[in-house]
Amino acid sequence: MHFSFLSLLRAAFSAHQNWPEQWRSPEPKSSYDVIIVGGGGHGLAAAYYLASEHGIRNVAVVEKGWIGGGNTGRNTTIVRSNYLLEESEALYDHALKLWENLSQALNYNVMFSQRGVMMLAHTVHDVQSFKRHLHANRLAGIDAEWLTAEQARDFCPGLNISPNIRYPVVGATLQRRAGTARHDAVAWGYARAASALGVDIIQNCEVTGIRRGPDGAVEGVETSKGLIRAKKIGVSAAGNTSVIMDMAGIRMPLESNPLQALVSEPLKPIISCVVMSNTIHAYISQSDKGDLVIGAGTDQYVSYSQTGGLQITAHTLDAICELFPTLRRVRMMRNWGGIVDNTTDRSPILGKTPVPGLFVNCGWGTGGFKATPGAGHLLAATIAKGEPHPIAAPFSLDRFARGRLIDEAAAAAVAH
Amino acid sequence: MLLITCPYCGPRPEIEFAARGEAHVARCAPDATGDAIADFLYFRANTKGYLAECWRHVSGCGRFFNAVRHTVTDKFVTTYKVDDPRPDLAALVAEETAR
Repeated sequence: MHFSFLSLLRAAFSAHQNWPEQWRSPEPKSSYDVIIVGGGGHGLAAAYYLASEHGIRNVAVVEKGWIGGGNTGRNTTIVRSNYLLEESEALYDHALKLWENLSQALNYNVMFSQRGVMMLAHTVHDVQSFKRHLHANRLAGIDAEWLTAEQARDFCPGLNISPNIRYPVVGATLQRRAGTARHDAVAWGYARAASALGVDIIQNCEVTGIRRGPDGAVEGVETSKGLIRAKKIGVSAAGNTSVIMDMAGIRMPLESNPLQALVSEPLKPIISCVVMSNTIHAYISQSDKGDLVIGAGTDQYVSYSQTGGLQITAHTLDAICELFPTLRRVRMMRNWGGIVDNTTDRSPILGKTPVPGLFVNCGWGTGGFKATPGAGHLLAATIAKGEPHPIAAPFSLDRFARGRLIDEAAAAAVAH
Repeated sequence: MLLITCPYCGPRPEIEFAARGEAHVARCAPDATGDAIADFLYFRANTKGYLAECWRHVSGCGRFFNAVRHTVTDKFVTTYKVDDPRPDLAALVAEETAR
């Protein structure tokens, strides 16, 4: 069914009792043209773009838990594209452009809000490197502005710009096109649109092996629901990518670490934009429900525990309390961890693998949510054509052996 | 926060330590080429299960040591000195499954 004012009105008159299921939950068929491993935002987006842009509709998304239950449901929903290097700028701005029209394209409100992302500078070094980023962004056609401390406070009232704090705010960069989106709605919207085009979304179906033929090419995946055959497999499994790729005998340059976030009790609107500080390590925005959404750091060790140490969140709250003294008595409601897959150069890996028919989308580390539409779009194009999409080409797996790293200094501070 | 037993100082809170990633990584040969160099520089074990890893007690004795930890439970099985032999991870897995 199509969401419109009329459909809302009709449902309102039946007391919202008759909304149909938004996507089908079929049993897996014995074979598909393409299998996507991982039903997060990236995987569902890839399935959607395979069906909508490349006419490949015989697609399954297999997810070991529930869709959007991994990092898609655990991140701080920040979307921005003000990266430093040309390759990253092209990649993240490709995603941002898709975000801008995503609700219309999916006929599903992903609540994309371009409220602006402000990154605070606290030291002379910050000012110099941020201005370098800013000029690089402008050359790439990405909007970026420099704000003085006073302008930063005016843009986000409540920000403490006193020169007498440990790390005073001396300026900020602002990307006005950046903002936030509703993370669950992104997964649900893509699932609904993909399902309507014929994609099978198979939840509670864990991949336990990758079946390969005598020529080494993939033949399908072994799952907890049996063997599912496909000549092409796209792996989009975030923190578990190393585990899945190991089933095909491929070692990945990834380390999985817990990344934590937390939310406060709901408040009246108080923070109108996204505020980030890489130096003292704080990320904060306010959801439409009123919770303050705060991003904490990564734990230093490899872990799949989906939880982390409390000292990490406490460290972030120290910084938040210094930047926003008005929030000092706000209570925190929940904190949690997600497992992020970090590469050494803090850039993702997107493209072909040494195994014929096996494609991978991983290594997004602490910043994968912002790329959701772009990553899905590029993975779909790469799977459909069998060759990397030009924007994805620099992010190949073999860049590590060739020494063509994309050392992204403007990746989230938590990644460094 | 993890409680980590430094083989020199005993149990201490995690904030005293720095994680240094996979243990027992051997430097590649001087005449190594692309793949071998990349393997040494960028590829690390990312095991879901028992992982032998290196830690440094930075805010304590400052010394490096190795540990075996389960990466799903974050539970340490053992810590040992750098020149001690690598524990038999396969035996640990077998012990775990037998339990």
